[in-house]
Amino acid sequence: MIYALQEVGRYSTLLYQALRSSVEVDTYRRNLLHELVKVGYDSIGIIILTGVFTGAVLTIQTAYQLKVPFIPVSTIGSIVSESILIELAAVISSLVLAGKVGARIATELGTMKVSEQVDALESMGFNSVTYLVVPRVLSGLFMFPVLYVVAAVFGIGGGLVAGMLTGAVPASDFITGAQSFFAPWNVVFGFVKSFVFGFVITSVACYKGYYASGGAEGVGKSTTQATVLGCIYVLLADFMLAALLL
Amino acid sequence: MIEIRNLTKRFDDLTVWEDVSFTIDDGETIGIIGRSGCGKSVLMKHINALMTPDKGEVLIDGINIYEQDYVSLRKMRQRFGVLFQGSALFDSINTFENVAFPLRYFTRMKEKEIRESVLEALETVGLEEAADKGTSELSGGMRKRVALARAIILKPNYMMYDEPTSGLDPETSDEINRLIIQMSESLHITSVVITHDMHSVLEVADKVAFLDQQRLSWHGTIEDLRRSDHRELMRFVTASEYQVRTPKTAGRDW
Repeated sequence: MIYALQEVGRYSTLLYQALRSSVEVDTYRRNLLHELVKVGYDSIGIIILTGVFTGAVLTIQTAYQLKVPFIPVSTIGSIVSESILIELAAVISSLVLAGKVGARIATELGTMKVSEQVDALESMGFNSVTYLVVPRVLSGLFMFPVLYVVAAVFGIGGGLVAGMLTGAVPASDFITGAQSFFAPWNVVFGFVKSFVFGFVITSVACYKGYYASGGAEGVGKSTTQATVLGCIYVLLADFMLAALLL
Repeated sequence: MIEIRNLTKRFDDLTVWEDVSFTIDDGETIGIIGRSGCGKSVLMKHINALMTPDKGEVLIDGINIYEQDYVSLRKMRQRFGVLFQGSALFDSINTFENVAFPLRYFTRMKEKEIRESVLEALETVGLEEAADKGTSELSGGMRKRVALARAIILKPNYMMYDEPTSGLDPETSDEINRLIIQMSESLHITSVVITHDMHSVLEVADKVAFLDQQRLSWHGTIEDLRRSDHRELMRFVTASEYQVRTPKTAGRDW
């Protein structure tokens, strides 16, 4: 219990330091651009892949479960598109990114910590939190919503194509279904979720990496914790947001 | 001038050292020696407040470094150059950018001026041809020299070297020792050298501080060291001598 409280205290302190030093834009401007590319551009491939297959599988499975004569096939389009917009695009892409982005951040910072690169930054007169943590968390806040859009577009596209190729639902019916139940609030909700998940994953990874200790083994441990905790906190945040906002 | 007054450090129940006091005058080089794990590097990190003590103070030109707010502390730290034990070069950028790093953030120099300064610093450490190399392509000795070039690029008043010759062959160690002397003499830098390499201490230091049994066990000039009959210190020096010389010559000519 005491350990958990200590962890919360240190995590909050790190976030407070990051928030306070976020005005020192000159220190992290270059790093921010670099991180935006790493978190956003470098993740597009895996997000497209995740989106396409999620949409495709969802379409096929929904069609399989709705083999009832009195339900129109366009319903498949509405179920798939709404599920992707409201839940799957944000959650599944964030779980994938917890592994890709969270693990990278924790490993980078952990390695820098145990090889005294963080001390080197501090000894030069840098605020290491401003230089290392702020750009990584900001890149999560900026890029996760962008990646949510990519996942959603390719998820719905994947569902549409899978429906056509398997003959489960014609494209026109899929589009009709998707349009008829479309609610803009679901997209807003997806954005809010991805924004929160971006913060959770990058801040937890920064925390675990920044306080890593104990050489290569310590870095490995921090990376595992960052990934696992990132996934758990995404699921918890997903539940809380659903309970609060829906 | 660096004044260390009654410094005590504990990690939970473990006392690293207590009541450590000594002074380093301007332009002087002090070698801090002691067995592995006696807290030499921890002491070094207290001098520029990378760590804070449980008790005591460190005065830099009369100013207590622990009483500074974070902004002032960062300014004070810019007066220090630090050569870390593992070099602590940034892996994601090449040699040139590692050395240029402090200039890009702490000066308003133009690209051409940065280039000139970096190449000059690399030339000082004999590595101008390695400017475009990645840090992973550098040997241990080269990494230390690049880290040294980075540490001196802002022309610090104080230099701290953490085990500068550890893991290096004797020839490269001598090269590093020569560079430490060169830095100290040409730039009139006050230096702190953390090491357990007595050969290095005798070559570069004006004074020696010996950490043993959780305290500053002995401290004095190199001449004092040669005359000293401090038992633990002599045991440490003799053991170090055996590491760098054959048993036949050990202890004779230092």
